[in-house]
Amino acid sequence: MIELRGVRKRFGEQTVLGGVNFDVREGETVALLGPSGSGKSVLLKHINGLLRPDAGSVRVDDLEVPALRREALAALRTKIGYVFQNGALFDSMNVFENIRLGLSDESKYRDLEYSRARVIECLRLVNLTPETQEKYPAQLSGGMRKRVGIARAIAGAPKYLLYDEPTSGLDPVNADVIDDLVVRLDDELGVTSVVVTHDVRGAFRVADRLALLYDATIVLEGTPEEFKQSDDPRVRAFLERDFDPTSFAA
Amino acid sequence: MAASGFHPLRFIGRLTLGGLAHIGRLSLLSAELFRGMAEWRIWLPRTITESASVGVGSLFIVLLISAFAGAVTAFQAGYQWQTSLPVYVLGTLITNTIVLELGPVLIGLVLAGRIGARYAAELGTMRVTEQIDALESLGRSPASHLIIPRVLASTLMLPVLVVIADVVAVGFGWIGVKQVLPVTDWDFSYGARYFWRPFDAWYSLIKATAFGWAIGLISCYMGFNTQQGAEGVGKSATAAVVTSSVIILLLNTLLARILLN
Repeated sequence: MIELRGVRKRFGEQTVLGGVNFDVREGETVALLGPSGSGKSVLLKHINGLLRPDAGSVRVDDLEVPALRREALAALRTKIGYVFQNGALFDSMNVFENIRLGLSDESKYRDLEYSRARVIECLRLVNLTPETQEKYPAQLSGGMRKRVGIARAIAGAPKYLLYDEPTSGLDPVNADVIDDLVVRLDDELGVTSVVVTHDVRGAFRVADRLALLYDATIVLEGTPEEFKQSDDPRVRAFLERDFDPTSFAA
Repeated sequence: MAASGFHPLRFIGRLTLGGLAHIGRLSLLSAELFRGMAEWRIWLPRTITESASVGVGSLFIVLLISAFAGAVTAFQAGYQWQTSLPVYVLGTLITNTIVLELGPVLIGLVLAGRIGARYAAELGTMRVTEQIDALESLGRSPASHLIIPRVLASTLMLPVLVVIADVVAVGFGWIGVKQVLPVTDWDFSYGARYFWRPFDAWYSLIKATAFGWAIGLISCYMGFNTQQGAEGVGKSATAAVVTSSVIILLLNTLLARILLN
């Protein structure tokens, strides 16, 4: 369970999160929507302790993340897979080494035979061939880089998966491939996921629940159906930019 | 109406706060570095690879600079030479100038540019492309994966390169001085050995080690704290070279005062 209570974060004079409350229950997929620059990624980075709040509480599995010591935080992070916006692959390493670094168990990491099998398994889960493991990030397309990023995030068999804009910069076909992948991984691996996106259509495809971050606060949290029924002008303005919600089947 | 323009007190205040922030962050990075030393299985193989890269990669420029520095030292010694002095003193002069000062400082400054800019740019790029965040999100320590190997590589390899530079520069100084003055091999060798103290070699190595450590730590610090995209990477690389060079000059003065007096 992920719980954020009254989380505040400022960068200089700019308030990015102004007392945000946000919950993610076990096994569900929550899409965090919001315009570009609204602080979605900042919120996501609070969950695995990459950023510390100025005020408020961030709890994962009843652990207060900002209060964790170095070793405890590293241990918690092995339970949280993080998919970065542009993959954030280590460009000096090939795909095999990139995914292998995701193996959180050191004894398994050192076992080359196990590593090789696990990397191939992770590549299969993200619809990539075993031959991909010899390539370097510079040799991959944008969509492949995102999928390798996902493969690295799932290599350590995490309990939570945090996706930071998994479909940004992709064409609609590749964006659909990634959305399908998110749904399939949730089903096959049984992970709890948070998907940060400004792609409303994709969010409705993958999420059990949605939350809209606007002006540094969550203005609505609910099911896709509740979003479609909402009269809040901020919600309507955001949804209607991408699609007509009434055209989506419930 | 608010007064505009330069406010000396505000400027000094900002400068002091900025300096203290740097010291604080550098202390935190150093603490991380010491904690990361326990993860030797991670940093040891990376240190070996990094050391080989620094050593082999810098060898050509070190050989080139030390050869020219040795030759020029000899030619200048020839230009300033007074015939009232015995010629074997030239062996002493050239050897001591190179081993005590020119070798470590020249190679330190050159490698501050070569290694320092590379480290800062590598880590800075990793910072702005979220690769360092990715490493942390995998529960892995950037200190043991990225910083310790680089700091150790520059600390260990700079003395090795300085020894090579000293030998090559003295060799070219020897050849060079024979072109401009009637010095025999025996004269040069006698002069070099007559005033030679083993501590001179240790002093050269101590300086090289201190310079290597400073280059590694400062450059990694600058790269690790890079902000604001490509422009930030450029600023970090420049700051790494300038700061490393200034610290080398300060350390050089400090070590001379402490160890030679």
